[in-house]
Amino acid sequence: MATGGEESGALSFHPMDQFIVSRLFCSDDAETAVNECTYDIAWYELTNVTLWLALAVLAVFAMLVLGTRNRAVVPSRSQSIGELAYGFIHKMVEDVAGREGLKYFPYIMTLFMFIVMANFLGLIPTSFTTTSHIAVTAVLGFGVFIAVTVLGFVKNGASFLGLFWVSSAPLVLRPILALIEVISYFVRPVSHSIRLAGNLMAGHAVLKVFAGFAQVTAIAPIAIFGVVAIYGLEVLVSFIQAYVFTILTCVYLKDALHPHH
Amino acid sequence: MATETAGAAEDSVGLPQLDFSTFDNQIFWLVVALLAIYFILSRIALPRIGSVLAERQGTITNDIAAAEELKHKATAAEAAYDKALADARAEADRIVGETKAEIQSELDAELAKADAEIAARTSESEAAIAEIRDGAKDSVREVAKDTAMAIVAALGRDADQSAVDKAVEKEMTS
Repeated sequence: MATGGEESGALSFHPMDQFIVSRLFCSDDAETAVNECTYDIAWYELTNVTLWLALAVLAVFAMLVLGTRNRAVVPSRSQSIGELAYGFIHKMVEDVAGREGLKYFPYIMTLFMFIVMANFLGLIPTSFTTTSHIAVTAVLGFGVFIAVTVLGFVKNGASFLGLFWVSSAPLVLRPILALIEVISYFVRPVSHSIRLAGNLMAGHAVLKVFAGFAQVTAIAPIAIFGVVAIYGLEVLVSFIQAYVFTILTCVYLKDALHPHH
Repeated sequence: MATETAGAAEDSVGLPQLDFSTFDNQIFWLVVALLAIYFILSRIALPRIGSVLAERQGTITNDIAAAEELKHKATAAEAAYDKALADARAEADRIVGETKAEIQSELDAELAKADAEIAARTSESEAAIAEIRDGAKDSVREVAKDTAMAIVAALGRDADQSAVDKAVEKEMTS
């Protein structure tokens, strides 16, 4: 948006502009000092966040509902992808959280499908990456944290606190370990959400920085090669971060179901 | 120029991620999106995929069971075939043996009959021959007596019939 106003010849870097939340169907009136598209957005307004979240929902729908509409015993290609995703998460939940964890499989599948789709949609040039926002990942991370903590107390009662009391350690060390365990427990949702948002934000910002260097003719080939290389890395990161988020959720779920070491 | 100041104002806020004024909007739409995905998955997608996978597993299990059953049937059929073959062979052997024995007994009977007939005929013939021989002996004796008589008469001596007969009889029985 500010590129038009730049002096020609000077480099203009706006790696963070891609993360700005702005209204849909809106044009900024250049006469006023206030940007009408980003100023004072109410909670219910349609924004680029809304658009890309909706596209993620549609992508999940297309992959898991439209792809499997034939219900073929011998699957088509699209159905295989849906079954692959199902089997992947189903096996992960079963392996990490045990058979009792399978009850929560739909929730974990929801998290995984949302994150993976939002990550990959974010890789489309000029798109908006919803999972690069702390607001989004914090809701996911704290949602998991609160759900798992409540579940732990509901399932185990006060004995859930045994999670913090390492009975296999020497008695003298136990209070210190308990303190460390409590701190690490409460840090979980923070690291859980910042890991995801941070990875995506950093990657996308680096992409934009490389793209900015492409404005200089002399280093443009290197910059473009850099963009391609970082893009490849980001494809990997998109999947791995979704995987990491999901498997950590399964680990936390396992702690809630079986709090004793 | 105005846009630049707006941009500058944006920059002063810092990271768009830390612009808390947009948090309520993001969180609201995120919750809507998550609920939508959750309902799509739990109502449609997961039961469908789960049933397809279960059905496939069932089909595979059934097919394997059917194949096993067919294999058993084939083995049973082979055993039945082998048994039928063995039975047929035994039956054939039995029939051959029976027939052989029958033929043998028939043959024996025929042979015995033929032997008896031959023996009867032989004895009959022997009787006839003996009769003929006796007849011939008598004739020879008669002829010998007559011949001796004639020879004696030819020698010009008076022949005594009884003496000649005696002499001939004596010569012939010796």
